[in-house]
Amino acid sequence: MSTTNAGADDMPWVDGNALAGPLGEVFGTDLTMAEITCAGCRTTRPLAAMRVFDRAPGIVTRCPGCEDVVLRIVRTTSRVFVDLRGSLVLSMPAPTT
Amino acid sequence: MARTAVLGRLTWQVATVAATRMESATARTLVLDVDGWDGHVPGQHVDLRLTAPDGYTAHRSYSISSAPEHGRLEVTVQTVDDGEVSPYLVEVAEPGDQLEVRGPLGGWFVRRPDDPRPALLIGGGSGVAPLMSMVRAATHPTRLVYSTRSPSDALFTAELAALSARDGRIAVTYVYTRSVPPGWPEPPRRLDGDMLARVAWPRDVDSVAYVCGPTGFVETVADLLVDLGHDPANIRTERFGPTGG
Repeated sequence: MSTTNAGADDMPWVDGNALAGPLGEVFGTDLTMAEITCAGCRTTRPLAAMRVFDRAPGIVTRCPGCEDVVLRIVRTTSRVFVDLRGSLVLSMPAPTT
Repeated sequence: MARTAVLGRLTWQVATVAATRMESATARTLVLDVDGWDGHVPGQHVDLRLTAPDGYTAHRSYSISSAPEHGRLEVTVQTVDDGEVSPYLVEVAEPGDQLEVRGPLGGWFVRRPDDPRPALLIGGGSGVAPLMSMVRAATHPTRLVYSTRSPSDALFTAELAALSARDGRIAVTYVYTRSVPPGWPEPPRRLDGDMLARVAWPRDVDSVAYVCGPTGFVETVADLLVDLGHDPANIRTERFGPTGG
């Protein structure tokens, strides 16, 4: 996570593990185990494997395969907006209880 | 009842700094007490939030480096030049200070105690932090490969030596990328395929790998593991970017 010892050759993103907090706050469950199908290239990956650009007014999540945006989160003073138009399907492990 | 409680949403909780420990010239462990904290799964992280007197807030994610414990957790923070949060955590915060914590977070980059598969943990720089939690809590065979710039940059070295001496299931291998300790048998090097092949669990063993570090490091190591024949489904990764903070 952000416990960083950055190298100059590194790209300015973290991975989807960093979405656990911002999405958990909204949905009340851990979504890093969820899988998302990218609307751009139709590949399916765990949310944890997506690329997250989080040093901006919002959080932008891109598919590591085609780099299309799959998910955006923006917080205003009173609402949180989750824009999923870049995702075709979101699937989760079924609850066991 | 508060609506947030009904929905079971994550909320920010107050954490009190109980103690601090310098781990290197630029990294420090903060011991945090949190009322009602119910432990974590090794590999998980927390979000920490700081609020300035004028109300400005900033938050960052930090891996938990301690073994699971009730009421308490530890994060190990490497300071980032010009960072917004890390210089405060490494240089300023002192016992008694309060900040806010949200978590534990993440269900993907975790090693559950009941997973019997041998594990290969590969950490670059301060990416060793969540792996340290896995080593401290290890109940099954665990190999740690720790890539660090130099001996003085390496975190947790004394404890790792003690743990591997005491527990035959734990083995630690160092890779020094810029300077090596006196008497080290080879010059500084990068972790490469040959070395990984020597330390990795054999291909016919059902093992799992966890890789954490800067983005470029993680990409390289994950690719090397796949080249060695490891199933991508059993390689868990966690990357942090350069802007940290």
